[in-house]
Amino acid sequence: MPESIHYPRYADASLVRTKFATTIEEIVEAIGEITIVAKREGLVELMTWLRDEPGLRFNYLSDIGGVDLGEFASPRFAVAYQLYSLEHNHRLRVKVFLEEDDAHLPAMWNVWKASNWLEREIYDMFGVTFDGHPDLRRILMPADYEGHPLRKDFPVKGY
Amino acid sequence: MGLETKIGEVLPEVITTQLDALVNWARKSALWPATFGLACCAIEMMAMTDPRNDVARFGAEVFRASPRQADVMIVAGRVSIKMAPVLRRIYDQMPEPKWVISMGVCASAGGVFNNYAIVQGVDKVVPVDIFVPGCPPRPEGLIWAIMKLQEKIEREKVFKEEKNA
Repeated sequence: MPESIHYPRYADASLVRTKFATTIEEIVEAIGEITIVAKREGLVELMTWLRDEPGLRFNYLSDIGGVDLGEFASPRFAVAYQLYSLEHNHRLRVKVFLEEDDAHLPAMWNVWKASNWLEREIYDMFGVTFDGHPDLRRILMPADYEGHPLRKDFPVKGY
Repeated sequence: MGLETKIGEVLPEVITTQLDALVNWARKSALWPATFGLACCAIEMMAMTDPRNDVARFGAEVFRASPRQADVMIVAGRVSIKMAPVLRRIYDQMPEPKWVISMGVCASAGGVFNNYAIVQGVDKVVPVDIFVPGCPPRPEGLIWAIMKLQEKIEREKVFKEEKNA
């Protein structure tokens, strides 16, 4: 049996801690999970490094999640990248907080091709735009749909 | 109305009837459904055709994958706003005469999905003949709808103004 059957396995935070001091705001460790809270500036470089660093090798982008903390919160939005390394079998979460009037992020198209549709979903549901995205259209809702349904100020009922 | 008796005397092998009765009898006895299974209701719709429920007793067992060959569209499940134009297009492709059964509460009124994605009643998209309550309706419920539709077809006139013009 392997010595560690803790699941999910998260990456060793010490590998990340000393790097990218201007981009990484903090590293949160809780219930065995590690979250890097990052800034938009330098995010692509951080992600590329996380993908290519031999000890980390996050070559698989599992998911991108959007968060709306409410129309009165500041920052209002958060986007969370769930990374996974097929090589090392460990995970990492990278989270970026965004102000409502400045809700845009660089597209991860050049880091993980899987980001294409995931970013379209975030755009569709939350209205966060992705700079440099090759094809930023709605993916779930019809093309002529108005509004972003998973925002907190979007009506829960009614069509 | 002595004509029937006259014909009956001369040609005993001939039956006389009304055109409406004959055509409607033919139509109601072979309702070919267009499958529009969208959710869990589709499972009950399939169960309707199995040997236990056997909708073949009512002549509606020939599910067609092509709307060109279908008479009745069974909308089985929740219709999303993105699916609505597709549903309408399938309906438009069906040849006249055609009927629609809205199966289950989601297709009929949105059901629990009163949200941003689901059409709150398929009658906003296509004209519905029979609504079937239930979540999902049992196969018996859907057979009831087909029997109700047959009763409705019996009352129709063959020569009439264009339906749903």
